[in-house]
Amino acid sequence: MSQTPSPVADAWTPAQIQAVIDAHRERPGAMLPTLHALQDRFGFIPEAAVPMIADALRHTRAEVHGIISFYHHFRTHPAGRNVVQICRAEACQSVGSRQLEAHAKKALGIDYHQTTPDHELTLEPVYCLGNCACGPSIRVNDDVYGRMTPERFDQLTDELSATVVEVK
Amino acid sequence: MTVTVYVPRDTTALALGADRVAIRLQRGAKARDVEINLVRNGSRGLFYLEPLIEIDTPEGRVAFGPVTPGDVDALLEAGLLEGRQDHPLALGLTEEIAYLKRQQRLTFSRIGITDPVSIEDYTALRGFEGLKKTLALDSQAVVDEVKTSGLRGRGGAAFPTGIKWQTVHDQPPGQKYVVCNADEGDSGTFADRLVMECDPYMLIEGMTIAGLAVGADQGYIYLRSEYPLAHAILDEAIERAVAAGYLGDNILDSGRAFHLEVRLGAGAYICGEETSLLESLEGKRGLVRAKPPLPAIEGLFGRPTVVNNVLSLAAVPFILDQGGQTYADYGLGRSRGTLAIQLAGNVRCGGLVELAFGTNLRELMEGFGGGTLSGRPLKAVQVGGPLGAYLPESQWDHPVDYEGFAAFGGVVGHGGVVMFDDTVDMGDQARFAMEFCSVESCGKCTPCRIGAVRGVEVIDRIRAGESFDKNLALLTDLCDTMVDGSLCAMGGMTPFPVQSVMQHFPDDLTPRQAVTAGGTTC
Repeated sequence: MSQTPSPVADAWTPAQIQAVIDAHRERPGAMLPTLHALQDRFGFIPEAAVPMIADALRHTRAEVHGIISFYHHFRTHPAGRNVVQICRAEACQSVGSRQLEAHAKKALGIDYHQTTPDHELTLEPVYCLGNCACGPSIRVNDDVYGRMTPERFDQLTDELSATVVEVK
Repeated sequence: MTVTVYVPRDTTALALGADRVAIRLQRGAKARDVEINLVRNGSRGLFYLEPLIEIDTPEGRVAFGPVTPGDVDALLEAGLLEGRQDHPLALGLTEEIAYLKRQQRLTFSRIGITDPVSIEDYTALRGFEGLKKTLALDSQAVVDEVKTSGLRGRGGAAFPTGIKWQTVHDQPPGQKYVVCNADEGDSGTFADRLVMECDPYMLIEGMTIAGLAVGADQGYIYLRSEYPLAHAILDEAIERAVAAGYLGDNILDSGRAFHLEVRLGAGAYICGEETSLLESLEGKRGLVRAKPPLPAIEGLFGRPTVVNNVLSLAAVPFILDQGGQTYADYGLGRSRGTLAIQLAGNVRCGGLVELAFGTNLRELMEGFGGGTLSGRPLKAVQVGGPLGAYLPESQWDHPVDYEGFAAFGGVVGHGGVVMFDDTVDMGDQARFAMEFCSVESCGKCTPCRIGAVRGVEVIDRIRAGESFDKNLALLTDLCDTMVDGSLCAMGGMTPFPVQSVMQHFPDDLTPRQAVTAGGTTC
């Protein structure tokens, strides 16, 4: 499976942000598509984008901030090179996700919404990946893995840290 | 001779290594100088057998599964490509697998059979026949056909789809919208995902029919961001449908228009609530709207809007093709047609089971599911997502239909069935219900926003043995307040799992320290 690490953080300029906003501003209900495009492009939504979005979409800065913070998906700080999400929902709980999440936090030495000091991994909770018959499930960037065990989790995270782009 | 081999590519098959199986197969076939035509089909929904690979034979498709990458060489040695059935993973003819054969697949008739993005595969199995019939009918006749079918909203609320369409149809002409709710956030559900990943044209066709019926020329699929594969497949299918003239300004040279676009959500469970979804589509925080006005009258951007779940819209092509009465001939009482049941959680044979309404839970969990994955006794089952009650064994013999379930406080919802074995701590589950609500509440109304936080706290106190009886009474009162006072189903139903634990599994709420110490409770 392919691993698509997050884009390199901090690589943005106001002109690049403006270009992304301009590509979406005319769409009906442009806010979410714009925010997604910014995060897809830069890995997060830079603070500097907030007044620019507000201006383009005729909102106040407070409103834009309110929208960004409402949605769990959007982040305002760079994530690690890989984002690992652990499903916390009931179907995965029934097959051991509580133990898996405890193990993951301990093994990585971080809690949810935190990044390892080497910026390799960001750990996040997620509520359902739609793989509920074969849990516990985790998502690494855009790939879902089922029947996850603490051992396989360690193996997977070791592989992520050891290689830049993994080709199987 | 070229052998056709099918390796599924839905999220579950991929999560279990289907891509690596496909690569091994290609390498192995090449090493044996056999030419294979590798088709990446959708999943049949028999997840306990994934990755389930199939080979075309003169007798039909034969199946092997679950296949790990490490099994591939041995399978090839055992004559996989000749369709030989000598290997222990051989399952015989796919269509004869009992789990599949015993189902009544009306909506999911094509999944796993076709290449999801192939229009040729879709039309070869009656795809777009419903749309062609729709184009020959006047819009009222289309709405009437859906009414005849008795189809009710499969998202959970079970509102009659035909009546919703009639309301939008009857609004004065002007901009109207069809919005598909594809924010499938309930744990234990994956039927929407299967439609989008395995048979996307069915959803496209259903939405187009809805647009023609109500006079809307623009549709949006509001898709959760947790489904990146469904996103990619839908986008590709829409592009191909436009190119082939099934979408766009002039559908099949009829002079009628329907445009469709996927919009991504951003990880907010509440946006599965239809008014919150509309707010989000408009680019706002997903705050629930008070109703009335109904979305059918003032919906997206203030215009009349049909908001239907994926499964409701996916049922529509069959209804228009085969007739509403044919669909209505399945089912029980006021629950007509089929229900996509999703067996999930601690289940040995998890997957999709499409059956007419009326089967009971025990038959589903034991007859299809084969009991728990762990092999331990079943203790509880949560039907209908995180807002559904936990059902004890005494409630497993009720037939699954909307009215029957409502009669004892159960929720059919989106058809998710999450099974738990006897190691589950129901006190933890009750606490999680409140915790989930505190994370996902939109915050607009107080009972939900504050109630969920207080719910977690009071459950913690109960479990710590702090003023046990008083706090239990407080929790009862809090649940009533949330049920009666919340603006939408999020706060209004979060107490259901909690109340069910209080009622059916009270021992799990008793103070843990006392129990583990073997002493009596306070």
